[in-house]
Amino acid sequence: MKLLKISKKDFSDVLNRLKDSYRLYGPVRKGNIVDFAPIEDVSDIDLSFQNSRLSPKSLFLPQSERMFEYGLDPAGDEAHILKEASKDYSPKAVIGIRPCDAKALELVDANFDTPEFRDPWWVKARETTTLVGLGCTSPCSTCFCTTVGGGPFDDAGLDVLLTEINDAFLARVLTEKGEKLIKAANTFEPAEEELVQKATAIEQEAAGKIVSKVDTSRLAEIDTLALHGADFWEDVQFACINCGICTYLCPTCWCFDIQDETHGRVGCRMRNWDSCMFPLFTLHASGHNPRGQKIQRVRQRFMHKLKYYVDTYKMGVACVGCGRCVQHCPVNIDIRQVCRLMNEYEGKVPKVS
Amino acid sequence: MIANTKRIRETAKRLLREDIVDAVLGFKQGTVPMICQPVLVTRPEDVDVLYWDSFCGVNLANYLSKRKDRIAVVAKGCDARNIVVHTLENQIKRDQIFIMGVPCKGMVDPRKVRLALKEREPLEVTEDGDKIVVMGEGFETSLSKADLLQDNCAICIHRNPVIYDELMGEPVPEQEGIDRYADERKLEAMSADERSRHFQDLVATCIRCYACRDACPLCYCPTCFVDESRPQWLGKSIDPTDTLTFHLLRAFHCAGRCTDCGACERACPMDIKVRQFTKKLEKDVLELYDYEAGMTEETRPPLDVYQPDDPGDFIE
Amino acid sequence: MDNPYLPYPVRIEEITIETEDRNIKSFRVVFLNPEDEERFSYRPGQFAELSVAGTGECPIGIASSPTESGHLLFTVNKAGLVTSQLHNMQEGDVMGVRGPLGNYYPLDEMEGKNVVLIGGGFAFTTLRSTLVYMLAPENRDRFEEISVVYGARDEGMLLYKSELGAWLLRSDIQLHITVDCSDDPFCQYHIGFVPGITEQKITSAENSVAIICGPPIMIKFTQPVLEKVGFLPEDIIMSLENRMKCGIGMCGRCNVGADYVCKDGPILTLAKLNTLPKEY
Repeated sequence: MKLLKISKKDFSDVLNRLKDSYRLYGPVRKGNIVDFAPIEDVSDIDLSFQNSRLSPKSLFLPQSERMFEYGLDPAGDEAHILKEASKDYSPKAVIGIRPCDAKALELVDANFDTPEFRDPWWVKARETTTLVGLGCTSPCSTCFCTTVGGGPFDDAGLDVLLTEINDAFLARVLTEKGEKLIKAANTFEPAEEELVQKATAIEQEAAGKIVSKVDTSRLAEIDTLALHGADFWEDVQFACINCGICTYLCPTCWCFDIQDETHGRVGCRMRNWDSCMFPLFTLHASGHNPRGQKIQRVRQRFMHKLKYYVDTYKMGVACVGCGRCVQHCPVNIDIRQVCRLMNEYEGKVPKVS
Repeated sequence: MIANTKRIRETAKRLLREDIVDAVLGFKQGTVPMICQPVLVTRPEDVDVLYWDSFCGVNLANYLSKRKDRIAVVAKGCDARNIVVHTLENQIKRDQIFIMGVPCKGMVDPRKVRLALKEREPLEVTEDGDKIVVMGEGFETSLSKADLLQDNCAICIHRNPVIYDELMGEPVPEQEGIDRYADERKLEAMSADERSRHFQDLVATCIRCYACRDACPLCYCPTCFVDESRPQWLGKSIDPTDTLTFHLLRAFHCAGRCTDCGACERACPMDIKVRQFTKKLEKDVLELYDYEAGMTEETRPPLDVYQPDDPGDFIE
Repeated sequence: MDNPYLPYPVRIEEITIETEDRNIKSFRVVFLNPEDEERFSYRPGQFAELSVAGTGECPIGIASSPTESGHLLFTVNKAGLVTSQLHNMQEGDVMGVRGPLGNYYPLDEMEGKNVVLIGGGFAFTTLRSTLVYMLAPENRDRFEEISVVYGARDEGMLLYKSELGAWLLRSDIQLHITVDCSDDPFCQYHIGFVPGITEQKITSAENSVAIICGPPIMIKFTQPVLEKVGFLPEDIIMSLENRMKCGIGMCGRCNVGADYVCKDGPILTLAKLNTLPKEY
């Protein structure tokens, strides 16, 4: 791993140079919200944010994405035959992604890039994107990354990790993709030992600032049916209004819907974010709904993140501790509390009826 | 606030003990600053979980639709009016509910607190009279509550519940000389194109999570029009026309029913001022029918009844 | 990279109205590109996403058998958006088929055993596939006795009527067809519900495996009948349905516990189902 440095005053030049070989994305402030957006003017990048409101997952799984196109005119060539929608997969670089959000991409890879099937759009977006992470020197009080397998300077999923040290950044070059980007930037210098030591101190201090913790140690061993039948779900679900905030803000929620949209005699097949919070998500054409009640939907969200994912992939929980759902749930449903209830659950497996 | 909390707990305990209600719907303290969580208490020994402060902005009428039990509900002025709408629309029977009315000096908007703190994060937020006291890492600051009210609370003229079974505190003075519709007059002054652009821009960041709809007690349709598939009224992608259609239709559906509790705007994760839609319709209904939602149990909302003398000149 | 969401284009070769209420039709489709047929190599019990451009996709069990080459058969009940649109389509129309998807009946493991197929209503489709497969000359000897209990509301609601007639004449399967009720005094079928007929006709679990496919109410009452005769949960095989979109275990909606019906199912043993939440 290479350790390099760049002074902050040169950073804009670096970004401008990168623009020649990459489509740049970075955190941009609009009003009180910072979100990841394509960068036209590098001065729009705002690295002073704590957490972006939405996770940058939309750069890989857009909220609405064209999958296929088709014509419906019977006279037309190849009417009703679907063709892949063309997309730009030229190299892309995301500047300033937080370590938790980068780790989330790795967790979601497990769903989209499998031995049996590979989701072409997710995989291509991942392959063509270089992630330049920005470690968190001042994490939020709702961050709990350190107890779900991450940390404010965790490098999982990143190609380059930046540590902010006064008027400079220390850059850890972690992958080949990272090397390539650094080469394109062409301004980085080797970091002196003193800077590296400073960075290490800052990183340790940041990890210490994360006081919010969860314990996930027992989740794998507790029986699925026992957890599913636990009595605490009744209390957990009461306040929930079944909106999609938690799922849409979550960096590891990947569920989607597929919809055809037509305009005149042409159309496209789209995929759109969907949410297990919505009754329509599981509604059968017959009218039957296996998760028709709110309690079933709330339970599904937590069971998926904290039990099913754990059992299926053996990669820990499908939560990176970014705290977005904790901060923005309008009725304060707190995944940390639910995780505690699940992890501490001692109940028995209900009898099969 | 402390007095309200005490009164709420005492009343809840009495109502449960004397078997006047089966459950009490109120708030408990949240796990993070500046939010309280709706909670249902069914045993007298559990009433101490109940809590009240200026962050109880959720409208609890949202939890009443189709309930079968006898239930006491903690309600601010706007919430109590919303409960009236619910009884008028047969979502719940008046004799099923016991309204624990809370005279309200307005709810605090956590976004405004954050804005006032610049980039500093609030770790503990308490109230001291008309002050909001915020503590964070290496700072403590006292802010004036009046500057931090939710937009709907700042222009509220019905702070005291109009209908209640018992009050959880002394009535508060109503705000006088309030200009409730300054924003709407700005909208009305715009040309149709400007207004269209204004609303398009307003919802440009909408992520269609439907939190505004789901936080709204009035949105109790078994299947919302956005979820209908045959026919499908609305596309599911984040097409700007579909998004705007959702917001407009939702607002129209609440016309003459909305009590401006602000739950929709409070819930929005993208900080969209969705009340601009409902507020304009509230003004129209007031001007056309001289009607404010939920002020009386005697009159049905004007848009679900027909009167021979209904104004008709706005239909061309 | 293969795109698992891209349907193969097919042409509807023949549409058969299966039932008197005209609500169930069978679609025989042929691939527009012959090489797609080779890529679409399937086994009984699997399903496909039928794709109608402009409307969407819906998961439908494959009713044809791999032993019948040259076409695929789908029997579709008109219920939702896509199936309604399918019912409006004509012979010669172009649509799409994506698959094969999901797992399949463990027919290889059932070699040398007695096989009991129990089906009700329009869920007989993948059982048709299974039956045709097992009855194919090259396969029949691999299985011992084959018994089938198939029920429908009335005679007009039975699927594949001409084939049923032919099967009834064969000596190498025991086919018990039943209807819930009939006005016809000469009704050639049993009259009664599937669980009752199963109780009369399936009297031994010796070296047997049962596959049940039908409406939840039929399954609920047939299951105890089989268990009473001695079928173990491992030897009772079912096919589940849930709302699906992607069909490849990615979109997240059809899960039952940690299993996706589209990818880990739709075929599950009762033993496995007993370990999962009842979210189907």
